[in-house]
Amino acid sequence: MSRAETAVRSPRPLRTLGLLRSELTTTFRRWRTLALLGVLAAVPVLIGAAVRIETSDGSPAGPGDGGEGPAFVAQITNNGLFLVFTALAVTLPFFLPMAVGVIAGDAIAGEAHAGTLRYLLVAPAGRTRLLLTKYAATVAFCLAATFVVAVSALAVGALLFPLGDLTTISGTRIGFTEGLGRALLIALVVALSLTGLAALGLFVSTLTNSGIAAMAATVGLLITVQILDQIPQLHAVQPYLFSHYWLSFADLVRDPVHWDDLVRNLQVQALYTAVFGSAAWARFTTKDITA
Amino acid sequence: MDEEDDGVIRTRGLTKRYRGGQLAVDGLDLTVPAGSVFGFLGPNGSGKTTTIRMLMGLVEPTSGTARVLGHPMPRSSRAVLPRVGALIEGPALYGFLTGRDNLLRYDAADPTADPRTRRTRVAAALERVGLTAAAGKKVKAYSLGMRQRLGLAAALLQPRDLLVLDEPTNGLDPQGMREIRSLVRELASDGTTVFLSSHLLDEIEQVCTHAAVMARGRLIAQGAVAELTAGARGRLVVTTPDTGEAARVLKEQGAGDVVVDEDRVTGEPPERDLAEVNAALVAAGVRVRGFGLERASLEDAFVALTGEGFDVAG
Repeated sequence: MSRAETAVRSPRPLRTLGLLRSELTTTFRRWRTLALLGVLAAVPVLIGAAVRIETSDGSPAGPGDGGEGPAFVAQITNNGLFLVFTALAVTLPFFLPMAVGVIAGDAIAGEAHAGTLRYLLVAPAGRTRLLLTKYAATVAFCLAATFVVAVSALAVGALLFPLGDLTTISGTRIGFTEGLGRALLIALVVALSLTGLAALGLFVSTLTNSGIAAMAATVGLLITVQILDQIPQLHAVQPYLFSHYWLSFADLVRDPVHWDDLVRNLQVQALYTAVFGSAAWARFTTKDITA
Repeated sequence: MDEEDDGVIRTRGLTKRYRGGQLAVDGLDLTVPAGSVFGFLGPNGSGKTTTIRMLMGLVEPTSGTARVLGHPMPRSSRAVLPRVGALIEGPALYGFLTGRDNLLRYDAADPTADPRTRRTRVAAALERVGLTAAAGKKVKAYSLGMRQRLGLAAALLQPRDLLVLDEPTNGLDPQGMREIRSLVRELASDGTTVFLSSHLLDEIEQVCTHAAVMARGRLIAQGAVAELTAGARGRLVVTTPDTGEAARVLKEQGAGDVVVDEDRVTGEPPERDLAEVNAALVAAGVRVRGFGLERASLEDAFVALTGEGFDVAG
């Protein structure tokens, strides 16, 4: 019968992408993913509504008693575009990375727990190919999550507040179109800020057969790193923590842009991706699949 | 092709010791001839699953070699596995996807699968296992038997040279079991080699041409089913109302292990011509209703080999 027919089938480079497409549709069709994105979309709505209510009596946004609110919050009433910056500043320390930790931690361990990993591997997906696909899908989720926050914030900002030229942190004014361009750039930088954590989560995911354990461990690491970053005595190691330069995206709202910390942030993310990506590869390609 | 001479599966000294020192598979020399329906038997914990996982490149052997379709595993996974359909330790599926989407995903994982024919092949596989009507339902609503069928469909997405089926009838009703058995026969008649592990001995006996028996990590027998059962001798059965006298005569004639059970007297047949044994019974005035040799079943062979019953608990 098919002996000859099956013998001529050989892998085609383009067909390799079929798995990525399948991974993306599978990820973004899950209720869990949609719920995470829904929560992220709700954050700008909450901030926008709170600022609108607080300032409805004409008082300035942000706490009047001298305390500090989230970055940019005082500017929102003047320009709805600032809601994008505020929402990203609010979600970046915890909401966004937590969502990424869930997706990255579950990537391999979740498949192992369900047993689907063994069938993907005998299909044969190929271990390196599967790992790369999982990382690519997680990075795609980083982008999607960030843009959901940004787009939701822009929509709420446009609805509740005036839009127009904006004043940068440096005090200069730039046009609305350029401001929108900066917002887009910021969303991209925020998404890339999460890629280091994504690699770390993927590595954790190769260590266990329990998706829940991998998610919890990744989110636990995130919290630990955030705490370490707050302890002044540890300032020597802090530049190497993946979250240390996260809020540097605010430098994109300066005129001219301060690139130093932005570049350092991307370097740290590249370092984490290289180190933990390699570790994940070394672990996953030699692991006995017994689940 | 080399695999014809070599066996579709051939292992030499295949050994797996897990971390922690547990020896799961110990020096396995297994040969599965091309075109056979090969039954793989053994109680739980005998190393069957670890063996299958080593053959499929999921688990790295501690020592020894395994060749599948003529290529070394796990090194040649990419070349070998597209030609192998597998059901390993029951189906594993995405509950939040439909039956059809599960198959589309597994097919997309195979880099040799043609995306242009994907939907047609998925539909054909669903049809083959009788799931066409349920294809659009989410798998979390599937029964155990439907999951089992869908797992089989995933193994049948492509024409395969080798099918590895681990307990394929698990969770199926008798009708489903019959369907799977006839499917296995049909595939085998197409030239596909089927490697079937099961704890149901009569199932193996019904469909398999060859079999191997594992116990405690070691292979204790392999060969054609007919040869294996020939090894275990059948029993002489005499049906008679005069059981006491018959038992005495049979012992006198050299039959061993004589057992009386209601109107049946059974024993290991003596070396001499059975016609003479029968004549001796009649001469002694035993009224013989029936006299014959009961063929040994695979279960008898198994008990003879392992010295223990088969763990049917699954």
